[in-house]
Amino acid sequence: MMEIRRITTPLENGVVEALKAGEKVLISGYIYTARDAAHKRFIDALSIGEALPFDIKNQVIYYCGPSPASPGRVIGACGPTTSSRMDLYAPKLLSLGLKGMIGKGKRSQSVKDAVKQYKAIYFGATGGAGALLSKSVISCEVIAYEELGPEAVRKLGVKDMPLFVINDIYGNDLYETGMLKYEK
Amino acid sequence: MREIHVDDIVAAIEGLFIDANINLSDSVFEALNSAIGKEESPVGKEVLRELIKNANIAKEEHIPICQDTGLAVTFLEIGQDVHIHGGSLIDAVNEGVRRAYKNGYLRKSCCDPFSRKNTGDNTPAIIHTSIVPGDRIKIVALPKGGGSENYGEVRMLVPSQGREGVKSFVLEMVKKGGPNPCPPIIVGIGIGGNFETSALLSKEALMVPIGRRNENPSIAELELEILNDINKTGVGPQGYGGTVTALDVHVKMMPCHIASLPVAVNIQCHAHRIKEVTI
Repeated sequence: MMEIRRITTPLENGVVEALKAGEKVLISGYIYTARDAAHKRFIDALSIGEALPFDIKNQVIYYCGPSPASPGRVIGACGPTTSSRMDLYAPKLLSLGLKGMIGKGKRSQSVKDAVKQYKAIYFGATGGAGALLSKSVISCEVIAYEELGPEAVRKLGVKDMPLFVINDIYGNDLYETGMLKYEK
Repeated sequence: MREIHVDDIVAAIEGLFIDANINLSDSVFEALNSAIGKEESPVGKEVLRELIKNANIAKEEHIPICQDTGLAVTFLEIGQDVHIHGGSLIDAVNEGVRRAYKNGYLRKSCCDPFSRKNTGDNTPAIIHTSIVPGDRIKIVALPKGGGSENYGEVRMLVPSQGREGVKSFVLEMVKKGGPNPCPPIIVGIGIGGNFETSALLSKEALMVPIGRRNENPSIAELELEILNDINKTGVGPQGYGGTVTALDVHVKMMPCHIASLPVAVNIQCHAHRIKEVTI
């Protein structure tokens, strides 16, 4: 069994510095969902001097468009979407204090450089584990762009959401080191 | 002539797509469990455990296994002695999908290719029909997510590329996909036919039960060679590195033009959702 570390949001530098690629963590606190459309709106807002719909400093964004919640549920299935589509937008948000991104799939070199430069972490949520991940969500509130439906920004209260550290501040990349280790 | 009313088709389709999205079949559970034993990476083993836990939660609580509840890929084998009445077959399939995605709280993931405007009800379904002997209709529902589908390809190889050319092509697609199609994957390979039938063969290959080999021993050997090669790439569960990148590989082959070697690769993620019924 792997050793698992518990972390909470907002993420402090001390926590970020301690995390290494390949570790499993359980995250608790608030995280914010945003994917393609919301990110475009964030960047558009910033470019005209407007504020983001929430204070991004030390926060974590989750690239996720959940399925509809059935009656009595907080959220539907909520696994990650492919992160690379948000690569264009991530470095700017990291420069403004974003401390964590949760998604799946490789990031571009500029995102990895920004993770190192601004001290942030890229976490992987297990793709396709939408039901499991929904169990960690204890509250869900749409806070911006409601008209985008699944792509709206949601403030999720999470408890012990299981994640893997993919990119740490030391330049390690689990996708690279993992594949090299097991390639035959 | 056996009469089948479209209402029965609507109901069957609705049931199948909800069932497929919530209840992972025993064969996939078994394959994931067996993969834990074969996987050498501790992170890989942990991911596989999460996938099994996920499928159990989905089954127990009636929530979708994955939030990408896919496009509604539907195969209908229609007995030539069946008479469908009460409306259009295609409309009935689409109505069944519409109801499944509404009543089953499934995500609507179908949109216009350019404007990207969502169609709102996950239709039109992707419908494949064939006419077979008999008086039944066999319906197979295969909700197919976008992540894995995006790493498929059809390629018209040169005949001299042969068996090795096919292997290289498949490996190329698996490495290109890496973590993105959500490994551990299942690979469907269609060889022969022509441009469009090789693609269809590759999707039908995904419907072959896990663990079943092609009846032709030489092709069965090819399936295992490719599976072995894929598992040597080191991609592993979720691409975090490991020795189980694919759960299985299936090949379907048919004769092709003397000048061609059409090959199609269709990738399926670990959420291999497939249910069938015969009415």
